[in-house]
Amino acid sequence: MPFSSLSDIQNRLSSGKTTAVEVAQLYLERIATYNDGLNAFVHIDPAHVLAQAEASDKYRAEHDARPLEGLPIAVKDIFCTQDGPTQCCSNILKDFHAPYDAHVITKLKEAGAVLVGKTNMDEFAMGSSTETSAFGVCRNPWDTDRIPGGSSGGSAAAVAAALTPAALGTDTGGSIRQPAAVTGITGLKPTYGRVSRRGIIAFASSLDQAGPMTRTVKDCAMITAAISGHDSADATSVADAPAVDWLAACDATDMKGLKIGKPKEYFVDGMDPEVRACVEAALKQCEALGAEIIDISLPNTEHAVAAYYVIAPSEASANLSRYDSVRFGHRCENPEDLLDMYTRSRDEGFGSEVKRRILTGAFALSSGYYDAYYLKAQQVRTLVQQDFITAFEQVDVIATPTSPITAFKLGEKTDDPLTMYLSDIFTIAVNLAGLPGLSQPCGFASDLPVGLQWIGPAWREDAILSAAAAYEGATDWATRSPVAFGGES
Amino acid sequence: MEIDVRKVAMLSRIRLTDDEAAELGPQLSSILGYVEQLSAVDTDGVKPTAHPHDAAMPLRANVVTNGNRREELQAPAPKTESGLYVVPKVIE
Repeated sequence: MPFSSLSDIQNRLSSGKTTAVEVAQLYLERIATYNDGLNAFVHIDPAHVLAQAEASDKYRAEHDARPLEGLPIAVKDIFCTQDGPTQCCSNILKDFHAPYDAHVITKLKEAGAVLVGKTNMDEFAMGSSTETSAFGVCRNPWDTDRIPGGSSGGSAAAVAAALTPAALGTDTGGSIRQPAAVTGITGLKPTYGRVSRRGIIAFASSLDQAGPMTRTVKDCAMITAAISGHDSADATSVADAPAVDWLAACDATDMKGLKIGKPKEYFVDGMDPEVRACVEAALKQCEALGAEIIDISLPNTEHAVAAYYVIAPSEASANLSRYDSVRFGHRCENPEDLLDMYTRSRDEGFGSEVKRRILTGAFALSSGYYDAYYLKAQQVRTLVQQDFITAFEQVDVIATPTSPITAFKLGEKTDDPLTMYLSDIFTIAVNLAGLPGLSQPCGFASDLPVGLQWIGPAWREDAILSAAAAYEGATDWATRSPVAFGGES
Repeated sequence: MEIDVRKVAMLSRIRLTDDEAAELGPQLSSILGYVEQLSAVDTDGVKPTAHPHDAAMPLRANVVTNGNRREELQAPAPKTESGLYVVPKVIE
């Protein structure tokens, strides 16, 4: 039961075999048992979880069940919720209580979901390992000496260890897909503009997008169906986004006629050879399912990380200027004057990675450097996007490794920020181009999970969900679970 | 590339200790050294990306829609008085 998919739990609820309260109790017990060893959750209010579950059981008794009726879903600490604190795992937002719910939180509540709690993350989502959290590192359930990926590492660890059947994350440069890959679960970053960003604490506004992290492809579809849709309060939410039949897309059982692009820039020297072997084997399996594998090139891939590390810090430096200790957030003791209040509050409140990114961005945007850095990076971004448009004239979807490596050891990459940044090499281009991307488990390298990444054309989440569902149906990787947490291997 | 960390920190309104400044200087140089590769990319005539799907910014009617929620919205502020935000004295 704990390692069941969301859709299995839904079936048990609708056939009356269990209740939302029983399901909530099961996961609350698992959180009580296992969270201390993982630090996946940073806030949990059991009484509030049970109250939501009771209300859901009552609703089901009196009405037709809603799409996510009684299903437990955890959310990253980046989503504003009126209930409980929203701290973005930063000391500058310590004990902050949001005065409103994020749009996606409202959508989850309207769909009948039971919100389980807030999950750990890199501070302000800046990181690839959940080691920059102000509330302590999070651990990977497959090997607790290793990182769960990041920045949505708490959501990934919680789902992988079945402390919740599903969670929401956000993805600015791979923060849903990379943690999903290294913890052996499935994660979807929708097309930019598909899901409203209102009430999601901003990191880099032209890249940020929220999405699900789950045990199965269909579970990703169920959640995205509930949280997507236009929101007039987010100016970048796209009003006439092409519709997708989310659940029908997951009925695919083969890949007959599917053209899969295999970009040479994503199969390179320097990546873990075992990871490469897993992904090559997955592509062979896709061929056996009827797909045609076509070698393609995305020539500007090599510049994507550089463009990202100009654009994301630049937008972050602007977004994080709001933490001025006037309207909300930490204020230092006894400020001498206004400048002292700003500079000391921000020094005390922000961690070192956040400071590094703010300073990088402020430099790139500063007088005399704007054209050489920010403008240039946005031009390179256009080239990255054009690479994909050209590729999708030839293929339906693109398949790559999600990460060049498996989960690394805690502390292994904290000394050199640049080494950490390069671990996102295969996920960043998708954000620059605003495309949908999905990571699903495709094997193990030295007992650690490996992720297969699917990239689709804009608004074609259905194409990658279908490919991923067919692959999932033909393999058993998505059913693996860590023995140390009561799983079956 | 040499970066004046103190100047950038002041632009960012972040006080840095001497130790932090000493550590951040080389780190920023290393990051900016890496992104320097962008200068070699031929971008003549390439339009910079504004929105990934080139969507136009929508306009809405200029009317109040969120009601008067001053107390709720000011609740997270470090210091308020009579509905105003309190900060150290700015003008003598």
